Amino acid sequence: MDGFFSTTPGIALIIAAQSLLVIGFVMVSLLFLVYGDRKIWAAVQMRKGPNVVGAFGLLQTVADALKYVVKEVVVPAGADKPVFMLAPMTSFVLAILAWAVIPFNDTWVLADLNVAILYVFAMSSLEVYGVIMGGWASNSKYPFLGSLRSAAQMISYEVSIGLIIIGVIITTGSMNFGAIVAAQDTGWGIFGWYWLPHLPMVFLFFISALAETNRPPFDLPEAESELVAGYQVEYSSTPFLLFMAGEYIAIFLMCALMTLMFFGGWLSPIPGLPDGALWMIAKMAFFFFLFAMVKAIVPRYRYDQLMRLGWKVFLPMSIAWVVIVAFLAKFELFGGAYARWAIGG
Amino acid sequence: MGIADITFYAFAITLVTAGFLVVVARNPVHSVLWLILAFLSSAGLFVLLGAEFVAMLLIIVYVGAVAVLFLFVVMMLDVDFSALKAEMARYVPLAGLIGVVLLMQLALAYGTWAFSDGIDQRLGNPIPPIDEVHNTQALGLILYDQYFLLFQLAGLILLVAMVGAILLTLRHRQDIKRQDILAQIYRDPAKAMELKDVKPGQGL
Repeated sequence: MDGFFSTTPGIALIIAAQSLLVIGFVMVSLLFLVYGDRKIWAAVQMRKGPNVVGAFGLLQTVADALKYVVKEVVVPAGADKPVFMLAPMTSFVLAILAWAVIPFNDTWVLADLNVAILYVFAMSSLEVYGVIMGGWASNSKYPFLGSLRSAAQMISYEVSIGLIIIGVIITTGSMNFGAIVAAQDTGWGIFGWYWLPHLPMVFLFFISALAETNRPPFDLPEAESELVAGYQVEYSSTPFLLFMAGEYIAIFLMCALMTLMFFGGWLSPIPGLPDGALWMIAKMAFFFFLFAMVKAIVPRYRYDQLMRLGWKVFLPMSIAWVVIVAFLAKFELFGGAYARWAIGG
Repeated sequence: MGIADITFYAFAITLVTAGFLVVVARNPVHSVLWLILAFLSSAGLFVLLGAEFVAMLLIIVYVGAVAVLFLFVVMMLDVDFSALKAEMARYVPLAGLIGVVLLMQLALAYGTWAFSDGIDQRLGNPIPPIDEVHNTQALGLILYDQYFLLFQLAGLILLVAMVGAILLTLRHRQDIKRQDILAQIYRDPAKAMELKDVKPGQGL
């Protein structure tokens, strides 16, 4: 058996199994994320939320997914059919693809790229295509308006996300997630992580992540009070399910990025406790909770406010931060908190 | 043929096919989508060469930003596709002529091209070797240490071009109503809304 798993087909088989494991993890957590999202939202509004299917409504998402799949796919008469079908697939596949480089524990990663963080950034910048293609191919007013909004919005906030990432890269001296987390392992537990030296950027990244994933309060591409459901209006059944799933997976990915970049990934917050994948998952779940709370609490932004915030507030702040971090790292100020390339490699 | 070769041919064939379809696709939006596929396949080729940093930058800059703007502009065009097709038939001879001229120029240039000895070995083995210096590092050293001034000058030229483009298109219209964002931000909340202290679990 040993011989087979070191040949090319054997290695391919192992990689396929590992990929399935990661996809399985993402899909199963997706089921409970949607449920948790609805429950948290309901709790804030003092409703019960889903509580019928399964114990405490836990299987509500499974029932919903089944229902989506067995419904009829409706394609509008004037739609561009290939692009119309391609759009939800793009949105879903790209969201899944980015998970290839997300580590859950030391060396627990599918592809240990040198440029892992750039890869994730590239994949999340491609996600805009699902929305644009869907809106255009529907050949209808509201979807088109929604897709135009989303194109402008996602590009604007990508810029500041990119600059925030550069700050982290400068401090670590590497674009590999393993090295980024290793650089946060200073023996100080929670106070050694990047959230402390990069404190303002944690908030900026969180807000930009909301805008990048079209989450409320920045869900203008699908603002129901103005655009019915934006780019999703003409979608039904499985294509709609793919859009929804892609959106939630992208949100979960942003939670993973927050955890890896600013909150120490799989490191334990208290020195002495063992590190492990459980910490990683717990932190991701916590950030998803924050995402859900924002959705429940904050009212939707106006579109011009959104663009102003992106270009006139976030962009200058993140550029300034890159310069400041570069300065602090070069002269190794604050006990070398910004220059950790000796630790991370 | 190893896996690397198969992958190379897969990417190369996709790239050429997509490039061809960019030209012949009737719908301009489809053209841009094929162009995106071409960018992605060329990023794949860069990865095969071991230039993963360039590949990622290609995806982020060209696919993630430039092509989105292309798509943005092309989607807004109100073009009659049948008229466009008729126009295309008219210009095919001219396009063919330009193509032949370009081909001849390339043939003239490459016909006298002299390759130095051992170039085929050096192409596959970049200097410095990949296992010693990551290509991100190598690029950084070249751009920011060796050619620092040229790099900054290139950036300056881009900045000037951007300022020029904005200057040419910026018209500040006086006859429309504008939002005063600062006035909106500094509005006194006490005058605009009433705050109620809601007890948890009870509501109003």
